[in-house]
Amino acid sequence: MQSSVVGTSVLRKEARSKVTGRAQYVDDLNLPGMLHGATIRSSIPRGRILDIQFLPGIPWDEFTIVTARDIPGKNIVTLAVDDQPYLASEQVNHAQEPILLLAHHDKDLVRKARAYVRVDYDPLPAVFNMEDALARTTVIWGQDNVFKRFQINKGDVDRVWDQAAFIVEGEYSTGAQEQLYIEPNGMVASANEDGVTVWGSMQCPFYVQKALMPLFNMPPEKIRVIQQETGGAFGGKEEYPSMIAGHAALLSWKSGKPVKLIYDREEDMAATTKRHPSRTRHKTAVSADGRLLAMEIEFVIEGGAYCTLTPVVLSRGTIHAAGPYRCDNVRVRSTAVATNTPPHGAFRGFGAPQSLFALERHMNKVARVVGLSPEEFRARNLLRTGDTTATGQLMTDSVDLPALQCRALTLAGYEEKTREFAEKNPSRSRKKGIGFATFFHGAGFTGSGERYLQSVVTLQAERDGSVTILSSMTEMGQGTNTILAQIAAETLGISYTSVNVPRPDTAHVPNSGPTVASRTAMVVGGLVRTAALKLKQTLLDNNLLPEGYSEDQFTTAVQHYTDHCGPLRASAQYKEPPNIFWDDSKYQGDAYGAYSWAVYVAEVSVDIVTGEVQVDDFVALQEVGRVLNPVLAAGQIEGGVAQGIGLALYEDVVWRDGVMANSQMTNYIIPTTCDIPPIRVFFEEQPYAYSGTGAKGIGELPMDGPAPAVLNAVENALGIAFDHAPVLPEHILEALGRREAA
Amino acid sequence: MRSYTGEYELVIAHDVPAALELLACGEEWRPIAGGTDLMVLFNAGKLSYRNLVSIRRIAELRAIESDESSVLIGAAATYTQIRASEILQGEFPLLVKAASWTGGIANQNRGTLGGNIANASPAADSAPPLLVYDAEIELQSQLGVRSIPYRDFHSSYKRMMMQPDELISRIRLPRRRWTREYSRKVGARKAQAIAKVCVAAAATLEDGRMHDVRIAFGSVAPIPLRCLRTEECLRGQALGRETIDIAKETLRSEIQPISDIRSTSDYRLQVAQNLLQEFLLGLE
Amino acid sequence: MKSRRISLIVNGVRHEVDTLPLRRLLDVLREDLGLTGTKEGCGEGECGACSVLINDELVNSCLVPVLQAEGSRISTIESLASEGTLHPVQQAFAEAGGAQCGICTPGMIMATMALLSTNQQPSREEIREGLEGNLCRCTGYIRIFEAVEKASGQHR
Repeated sequence: MQSSVVGTSVLRKEARSKVTGRAQYVDDLNLPGMLHGATIRSSIPRGRILDIQFLPGIPWDEFTIVTARDIPGKNIVTLAVDDQPYLASEQVNHAQEPILLLAHHDKDLVRKARAYVRVDYDPLPAVFNMEDALARTTVIWGQDNVFKRFQINKGDVDRVWDQAAFIVEGEYSTGAQEQLYIEPNGMVASANEDGVTVWGSMQCPFYVQKALMPLFNMPPEKIRVIQQETGGAFGGKEEYPSMIAGHAALLSWKSGKPVKLIYDREEDMAATTKRHPSRTRHKTAVSADGRLLAMEIEFVIEGGAYCTLTPVVLSRGTIHAAGPYRCDNVRVRSTAVATNTPPHGAFRGFGAPQSLFALERHMNKVARVVGLSPEEFRARNLLRTGDTTATGQLMTDSVDLPALQCRALTLAGYEEKTREFAEKNPSRSRKKGIGFATFFHGAGFTGSGERYLQSVVTLQAERDGSVTILSSMTEMGQGTNTILAQIAAETLGISYTSVNVPRPDTAHVPNSGPTVASRTAMVVGGLVRTAALKLKQTLLDNNLLPEGYSEDQFTTAVQHYTDHCGPLRASAQYKEPPNIFWDDSKYQGDAYGAYSWAVYVAEVSVDIVTGEVQVDDFVALQEVGRVLNPVLAAGQIEGGVAQGIGLALYEDVVWRDGVMANSQMTNYIIPTTCDIPPIRVFFEEQPYAYSGTGAKGIGELPMDGPAPAVLNAVENALGIAFDHAPVLPEHILEALGRREAA
Repeated sequence: MRSYTGEYELVIAHDVPAALELLACGEEWRPIAGGTDLMVLFNAGKLSYRNLVSIRRIAELRAIESDESSVLIGAAATYTQIRASEILQGEFPLLVKAASWTGGIANQNRGTLGGNIANASPAADSAPPLLVYDAEIELQSQLGVRSIPYRDFHSSYKRMMMQPDELISRIRLPRRRWTREYSRKVGARKAQAIAKVCVAAAATLEDGRMHDVRIAFGSVAPIPLRCLRTEECLRGQALGRETIDIAKETLRSEIQPISDIRSTSDYRLQVAQNLLQEFLLGLE
Repeated sequence: MKSRRISLIVNGVRHEVDTLPLRRLLDVLREDLGLTGTKEGCGEGECGACSVLINDELVNSCLVPVLQAEGSRISTIESLASEGTLHPVQQAFAEAGGAQCGICTPGMIMATMALLSTNQQPSREEIREGLEGNLCRCTGYIRIFEAVEKASGQHR
């Protein structure tokens, strides 16, 4: 049977359950006798806990109350570094830190009880920003407030400064950004001596399992983690669900009943992770003819009170900091510091949007100083086949970045618009501008990460001829279920509807690694294909499948096999592509198996009466390897662009002493239907040789480009450079006022 | 959701006397209409009123009527009703625009003009047009009916010139024509935003001079503000650079915007002046 | 406070529920009637995930005290598909890629129902306005606009 389902826009696997409202999210789950939980959190940023009081007015004897003393195992959220407790016992290190858990069968009463727990503290001095953390005004973590440092060295920047025709310096920064998945975090748990089961909204079931094992001092087979339909994640449900699962399970452990713990929006925004705020300093040496001679980059991110995933975020930001440019001398020094805010964490792009924002703003500045247009300056310096990246990775892709850039600018009408805007802007109060960013994103885990993960996927043929994909990859809207089913169907020569993709349950699926880092299509898609090939080969080896078999013949073959030989399953484990070398100690080598490449062009108008910016048009052109499902792929790009526009213009976390002061949807502003421009998405496809499917990463890429493209467009409109994202109307009017005064 | 539902009482009033009786009974009953403000507080665990009487089904409070001299809007008329009203579209376009700016469609279906007034937010979208149109607020209690000019209604932040036993029953808009009307809302995004600054203004011109002018701003003071001093310095003046500059300076001294989580006082001050200028330049 | 018996007509079926009067309609639908298709995204009337129709008007059910809905006709996402056949609006969302994570989808579809009931061929601008109270974090809205346009071609 001929099948070419890969590359077509089949309906997503959960389309039906989602449009009918039947999809089961965690809050839709109810177990008999279930209690409702709540978390009592620190109200101060740092201090010692002196006393906890349960005020009268609540039938406390009916409540299950869990403190750190009730924890059967280790009071540590297991991740990279063992520094974060499940429940603070003596000291709190950030506002909103969990101290105590409550549960009762009456949900209404739980809400009331929250206000009747009083915690007294002895406050300690706290650190709220990276400057104070770096200056060590107070040491709040380790010896020096530093979670991690990295350094990349290529060539020798210090030998170049003297020879440069131009040296251009700049400083750029980005604020915290809230993932704002529309489904708040939540978990249901059932725990006793026999084991722990949790159901919830999450990206990484095996992360949760790994964290619950030491908490309950149980082996993996006693910890079962089941993903419910997940209403958006974007990185925000990568690590924090381990905390919530632990809390729900502790309440269940103590009460002997199932417990549901659902965050409301305010709690989710105030207490859970956000994108790391960043500051990047660039110093760049350029020759008289506009060639990059040296790039020195200092990248600092703010990590919050505990380490969590901060070193990994720093790593990706560091590796992407020098971007898709050819330069023989590069030095990147990066630092992640501790502050007394809730820990920052994973958010789509994972450090790269921060460092690429800085780079793509800075490239415009360098071009201006050198006297070249932004497009010409970039074209002279973009990586070409045979060049090496900052980590020394040889570019073997045949992607022609200058041509990609040229095509994007043509699609956007960049040249004509640049001319038209320059001519007409002086006479209008809505100044128009156009700008772009040229960038890349590495897919999969960094360096040797994928090798360490050793991901596995299993395919199981059912007696009815359908095939079930067993993997830990989670569907959170991005299309995992659909593309993996497409790959399996095409490889096996069966129809798409004959492939089942159940939600991950650690009791039934192998560990295929976490659903992060744009790795699903490229890495796990390849494993699905390999496992499917093996499964088919088993049938072929047993002479059960004729040449050019039909789906019915496939079913017959599977039935014959299972009846005579037992269950038909095939697994595949990750094997690193050849010629990949990474030196973790020097940060040198092949940082990623593959990169996706993109050029994004934004057109804006800026109202100088109010400082408001509207994005009028957006062109997103990218090369992401083979596109597995055009509708889903375009949806990924459009959604990422919208979040990137949010980062550029709207999304501002207001901090007051380490607390998010605008932790409501009314006050934390994400784009509505009225704020998003037409987003015109274009793909170029150069199939990647080592993913099995030709696909590269797509999920995070679209987060990297919009913010610098939009701010470049704002600069084009006003002739004023803004180097912090988000740029708000307040910043714009202030700058216009300063220019008028000067 | 953060409130203990068991602590709250809600009853439905089917007519005005029933509502007024509860408001007067001394048990601290408060009216609720569409719930787009009070239920937000309830969700957030911040609703201090415990006894609520729903007035949204009282037909006479939902009517939009007119006579020769005025249009009367029932306090429980929704933004959707206001947007759909032909007479309001024709004669009070600034109010219709403000209704379209308030929340999304779902909130416009529930939110009411009387509720917006009684919520007393200095950022209320409907307040500047009501000030410009010189609205009168009709208050009812068991003691009778009285009216108060809207510009005197808000006394200080969240305080109003009404008694706990009184109910806003209608809003009266005197009918008159203006040469030009102007309004604008500056929020953090195009829809579903709380105003950082909002403005409404209207003018009549005679022989190139400002015969009459009214200007009102939201979010620039503890209460929605009719800018009488700014109006005064414009009245009778010919438009021109100098007049505009004087008006902007006067406005600057007349408003006292604050910095909060949504914006800064500097920004609000600057935008208010820029909007005033935009209005005045549009008259030329 | 005492519970009272409240009568609601939900998706054409009359239900009597014993509940506190200020309870959110959202909670009664989800917890008492088991209609979990209506979602809670914010509890402040900002995101629209809890959108339902009351007497054909779009509302945020997190802001409606259940007593205020007494005797009203309420329509939720569960009312649309029948006998396994998707409603054209649902079909359009599925085909156009208008649902990604799916959590905003029921509300988005109910807002679309409200929009198309008064405007059968909405322009892109009218779609933007009609859905402005429904936030989506996945799609960037583009595919939702296309879904509505697709649905309006076959919508009655």
